[in-house]
Amino acid sequence: MSDRRAELESAPWGGRTRRYDLIKEGVVAVVIVAIVVAALSTLFGSPDEKQVTFKEWATAAPADFYATSVQELAGSSGTGGYGAPYNKASDGVNLGPLYLAKLLGVTHPVDTVNDFVITPLTTVSNAAPVADALKTWQASDAKTQSTWATNYDNALTKVNQDQAKVPAGNYGPVPELAAGLLTMAQAGSLDGALLSQGNYFQTDNTKQTLFLGDGSYFNDKSTASNLQGSTWGMMNETGRYPGQAWLWLYSFWYQIPPFNNGDSHPFGANADAWIMVIMGALSLGLIIMPLIPIVNKLPYKIKIHRLVWKNYYQEENL
Amino acid sequence: MSTSTEKEMWVTKLRKGWQKNLPVEKLLPDTQPAYVASWIYLFGVATLASLGLIIATGLWLSFEGASWYHGSNVGHFVNSLHFWSVQFFFVFMVVHLWGKFWMAAWRGRRMLTWITGALAFVGSIATAFTGYLVQSNFDSQWISYEAKDGFNSVGIGSRFTVTNFGQMLLLHVAFLPVIIGIITLIHVLLVRAKGVVPPIDAFNKELGERK
Ligand code: HEM
Repeated sequence: MSDRRAELESAPWGGRTRRYDLIKEGVVAVVIVAIVVAALSTLFGSPDEKQVTFKEWATAAPADFYATSVQELAGSSGTGGYGAPYNKASDGVNLGPLYLAKLLGVTHPVDTVNDFVITPLTTVSNAAPVADALKTWQASDAKTQSTWATNYDNALTKVNQDQAKVPAGNYGPVPELAAGLLTMAQAGSLDGALLSQGNYFQTDNTKQTLFLGDGSYFNDKSTASNLQGSTWGMMNETGRYPGQAWLWLYSFWYQIPPFNNGDSHPFGANADAWIMVIMGALSLGLIIMPLIPIVNKLPYKIKIHRLVWKNYYQEENL
Repeated sequence: MSTSTEKEMWVTKLRKGWQKNLPVEKLLPDTQPAYVASWIYLFGVATLASLGLIIATGLWLSFEGASWYHGSNVGHFVNSLHFWSVQFFFVFMVVHLWGKFWMAAWRGRRMLTWITGALAFVGSIATAFTGYLVQSNFDSQWISYEAKDGFNSVGIGSRFTVTNFGQMLLLHVAFLPVIIGIITLIHVLLVRAKGVVPPIDAFNKELGERK
């Protein structure tokens, strides 16, 4: 646009004016919006689906909880193999040659064996078999521990997590430890122990959330509520409430190839990182939109502004 | 005091700049240009009104605490007020954004008004996201579990820990609202200082352009 035009458009308005009470407009707006908001809150309330606790999980799906505990001991759970920022088990997600998470390192160490199973078990007084199992475990070296846990994890997986069908084998104290944790969770003492990890003040729920997510119970529950990322879950809410609808564009990329191609495809496996980059670029684009050629000419070509200023255009014969 | 020392002082510069760009007559005028007559202008004000309600209900929630808003009827009602204010805030803001786009409202050296608006939009998404994380219900558990992968994937998760309720609560009630408040204040003051942008064809005659 010409400088002359910018000058005219930025100069104080010299044309016709009308009376306009900004303050009254603002106050009326607050009152009206408040009334509508109060009405909707009374009629519909807001999302209130109760949080999942370990007690609930261990009671409703004991086999799933038990098997997950074994996976935590064997390090075969989702968290166990995650990589940065929790551990060094894998390289994590990458943008081509860039492994950003790995580069920034393990800033939030999570040791699934001790943080999820052993330390919580030591905070309560256990029945004799569990107490003995704990002693045996603590007296063994890491290699033996890992052999026991891996053996039992594999055996349990083979029989579809049906504990009763597991054949005899070299499992050490692992079955008793998992049983002990199950009892502890069912009694409701695991939630607090996972959070506090032996401390007093604690507000970081990372360990609970990671453990919860390693099992099927939590995931199945979210699938039932349509909250999975592959079904636009990012912008959904529980029940019939509106979620973060403004994330539609972010959520959109997860629904299309190559990002929904599954973990065997490089873009599928690293979709999280690529989509983050795309959204970062698009956000920047929005911020500097007036400088982007073609896009910044659209309002001149598609004349929606004639509707906005309809009266004025009529009055001024434009 | 001589004029030369006056010029050097920062306080003088600030006062003069303020008086020149935003005298109180401009901040609180009695009139607006004749073209400020469209329903689209209501959406900026409506966004501002919803933001006010969000802050008021949010403060109420903060004083009672995180276990109150899902643990009591009154708490849950205030939680609902906060929730619906946010939904309206976004609806109004998005209509406002599209309106300003089709009006090319960045014309006449109003680029910074657009930029502050867009920053408010992006910042509001971050704020709302942390809000969904501190609902302390099933959804917030799930969102934190899922979202951690997105942030971890590009390394943001090494510092910004969505599964850390304490961190999210502090960002949601302190840091992010303050940022949004400041950006919004600048945004609205810029609109007052620059005046409402004239219609695209307002100066066709002066510019000798065809319509
Ligand atoms: C916190 C969110 C926001 C609030 C509270 C807000 C508030 C306002 C208000 C009260 C006005 C003046 C009245 C009007 O023209 O509607 C305004 C103008 C404006 N807004 Fe926003 N806004 C917000 C977000 C945005 C966004 C996301 C954009 C675009 C990216 C934007 C772009 C503009 C522009 C360019 C103007 C100047 C219009 C003119 O000169 O006529 N705003 N805003």
